[in-house]
Amino acid sequence: MQVGLTQILFLSTALFFIGVYGFLTRRNMITMLMAVELMLNAVNINFIAFNKYLWGGKLDGVFFTIFIIAIAAAEAAVAIAIVINIYRNFGSIDAEDADSLKL
Amino acid sequence: MTLLQINESLKALPVGEGLGGAVALIPLLPLASFLLLGLFGKKYFAKSGGIIGTLSLTGSAGLSLWTAFNYFFVSGKVAGVYQKLEVLKIQWLEFAPGVSIDIGLLLDPISVMMLVVVTFISLMVHVYSLGYMKGEDRFSIYYSFLSLFTFSMLGLVLSSNIFQIYIFWELVGVSSFLLIGYYFDKPSAVAASKKAFIVTRFADLGFLIGILVLAFHAETLDFGTLIQRLTDASSPQLHSAIANGLFGISALTWGLLLVFIGGAGKSAMMPFHIWLPDAMEGPTPVSALIHAATMVVAGVYLVARLFPVFALSCPGALEVVMYVGAASALFAAVIACTQTDIKRVLAYSTMSQIGYMMFALGVSGYGGENGLGFTASMFHLFTHAMFKALLFLGAGAVIHYVHSNEMGDMGGLRKKMPVTHLTFLIACLAIAGVPPLSGFFSKEEILTAAFHSNKLVYGIALFTAGLTAFYMFRLYFSIFWKREYSNHGGHEEEHGAHGEAPFTMKLPLMILGVLAIVTGFVPFGEFVSSDGEVLHSEFHLTMAIAPVVFGLVGIFVALMMYKSESNLPARVSVAMRGLYTGALHKFYVDEVYLFVTKKIVFNLIGRPSAWIDKNVVNGLVDAGGMFAQDGSEELSAWQSGKVQGYAIWFLVGVIALVVGFVFFAP
Amino acid sequence: MAVSNIIFYLLSALIIACGIMSVTSRQIFRSAIYLLFCMMGVAGLYFWMQYEFIAAVQIVVYVGGIVVLIIFSIFLTHRVGSDLAEPEYKRTLFAGLASLFAFLLFWSVIKRNEFFGEQPSGELSVRRIGEEMLNYKQGGFVLPFEVVSILLLAAMIGCIVIAMRAQTEKN
Repeated sequence: MQVGLTQILFLSTALFFIGVYGFLTRRNMITMLMAVELMLNAVNINFIAFNKYLWGGKLDGVFFTIFIIAIAAAEAAVAIAIVINIYRNFGSIDAEDADSLKL
Repeated sequence: MTLLQINESLKALPVGEGLGGAVALIPLLPLASFLLLGLFGKKYFAKSGGIIGTLSLTGSAGLSLWTAFNYFFVSGKVAGVYQKLEVLKIQWLEFAPGVSIDIGLLLDPISVMMLVVVTFISLMVHVYSLGYMKGEDRFSIYYSFLSLFTFSMLGLVLSSNIFQIYIFWELVGVSSFLLIGYYFDKPSAVAASKKAFIVTRFADLGFLIGILVLAFHAETLDFGTLIQRLTDASSPQLHSAIANGLFGISALTWGLLLVFIGGAGKSAMMPFHIWLPDAMEGPTPVSALIHAATMVVAGVYLVARLFPVFALSCPGALEVVMYVGAASALFAAVIACTQTDIKRVLAYSTMSQIGYMMFALGVSGYGGENGLGFTASMFHLFTHAMFKALLFLGAGAVIHYVHSNEMGDMGGLRKKMPVTHLTFLIACLAIAGVPPLSGFFSKEEILTAAFHSNKLVYGIALFTAGLTAFYMFRLYFSIFWKREYSNHGGHEEEHGAHGEAPFTMKLPLMILGVLAIVTGFVPFGEFVSSDGEVLHSEFHLTMAIAPVVFGLVGIFVALMMYKSESNLPARVSVAMRGLYTGALHKFYVDEVYLFVTKKIVFNLIGRPSAWIDKNVVNGLVDAGGMFAQDGSEELSAWQSGKVQGYAIWFLVGVIALVVGFVFFAP
Repeated sequence: MAVSNIIFYLLSALIIACGIMSVTSRQIFRSAIYLLFCMMGVAGLYFWMQYEFIAAVQIVVYVGGIVVLIIFSIFLTHRVGSDLAEPEYKRTLFAGLASLFAFLLFWSVIKRNEFFGEQPSGELSVRRIGEEMLNYKQGGFVLPFEVVSILLLAAMIGCIVIAMRAQTEKN
């Protein structure tokens, strides 16, 4: 079948929801972060696909992707700093153990 | 209620302006002393509170005498008829045009007479208490309560508006409560003050309903207008009051009967009499003032105030008054023959004499010769105040000496307490109706009035007169004769040291003793009568013989039984066993009341109400609280602190929104 | 079947398979490596779509930066050798059902839509990207560029501050 926009969108949607499943299921904070990266990648694929197939003359999708990559990098760095801090203070990076903000 | 209005109303008097101011000052002086002693007494006037109270009362008494002189001899009469003067009238709360609660001072023969009686007896009691209550640590509080009572009673007698009299009625009840419960660490005193207040409050409910009924039909609350509208045969208010009714009794009768119920409660008439004997728990001067001479006659005063309505428009209610008064007089006299606590004997004697006053009003008509009962009742009120206060104060002196209330602890005191003995004897002779003392004249007038109107009541009154003489002299002989006085344990030195009584206690006794002798000669009809005109009452020798004979017989029987130790009383009580036991236990009226309240009211009304309150009302409130608490616990479980929990709900929310917008798009 | 289609299907199989393995693996290192392969697959996809610059950026930043960073943090926080804890059954079931349902929902929405207005794709040169990024006229991206640079500065400082051992703790 001719690969068109729809197939790429199928791929990105599937990848996104794989990331969602991983985020909801994983207990280790690092693995949750990995799932978040998957979700971000899926979104990137989405932007690039739309840019290529629908708005070929413009660069908006490309720039979105570039900025998302940059921001994802910054966010991953900050998240890992926080995780390391939590590990230092609580001794565990299990998401089930980090419930001090409960009522 | 501006000063301008007060000034205007004072200027509008037909009599001198000075009268208004002076009359207003009479209740205000005790009020000032109440406030002063009540607020600052403990700190600044702990010892001198008595002097201050007595001084303010002296002022009031002086002003009352001056007012009485002015009213009766100088300026009260217009064309030979005593006028009702409204000295002050300040409109306070207006409910409807014409129906308003005013604060006013009314001067008419009975209110001026009551002014003199109340202030004078109060002054005597103030002086007496200087000696009797000396050394009490709440001395100034006692005097402040006495001043409060005097203020309330004076306000009551001077009221020109039926609601105002109700306000002061309640105030008098409060003062009585405070004074009966003066020794608040004695549980019996606390119980007695509660009982007095609750019983009179219950009766006052009837009074209030009566006021409302009368005010509704007469469309006014002012005494003058009320009486005028309800006695004028052509007034529409009277017609409406008679035409409307419930259960076949007209509204006017209901109103008057309900008002009389209030008066019966305060005057300890059957069946509201139960509080009076227990009220003897208060200090004896208090009993002298409140429960002998002044407060308990408030009911009689109320009926006298509304007398034209009773006599002219509603003779049925007047008959009820008569029978209640006569029954109470007989009932109390029978019980008094068996009591051993001297203050209780005097309490029942008071109830009996007030019964006399009530039925004297009951047998009276209105106007001229028919109004003899009215004059007689007021005359008896006047003389009774003197000799009953004297009896109580003398009993107080005896109690002060013997440190006990029981007759069994007394005897032969005539040698130890000569002044008390003499004055007590004078008072007993007066109450027994022995001529030429005051009681004879007043009782004779009452009996004359009763004879001309209702023979049954006359017979009861005569028999009760005999009983009165009997139990009073039983009391006298048991205290002062009977046997040689021996104080148990032989504290002769102690008792000898303080002797009979201090001068402050003896002085009122002597003054009252003199008055008990001379007041009989006052030609009362000249001053007080049912319609204001002078009533010339003649002295009928034939009418006078019967009560004197009964009185002397009573004295003689008491002398036989009680003058010296004998077992005659014991044999008589065994012979009349049933009646004796019944009378000793006050005919079980208290037990009936207790039964009704405990078994019926508490169990059928009180307990279910408490159950409903605890379970249903509390349950509803608790259920609300539990609901909120459980709900909040449920909701707070959502705040688990776990990120993934939140994320799942986030996802679900987003899905829901997408489904909503895509498939059920607006 | 054109070769490009086959290549696409291979790449997407790689991406999805590695993605699933990454989120379900019980060993954390393997999970990280699967992530790495997934990223490489995405980069390959970008190459296939002839957006080479983005593919390069993806490899340099994502693979070479983020995944390496993740591996470093695994070193710092994980007792190497022990496996990851399993989530409870109920959670996986619920999450799996929710994800599946959401996926089908979104897929049905996408399927229903007719994408129109396909325009021919122009060449994507790095020169053009650079010009647009610093273009301050209409349609330029200099503002997001500056904002992102500030964001990167803040993130850098933030990371250092957060991860720094507080001096007072030692004393």
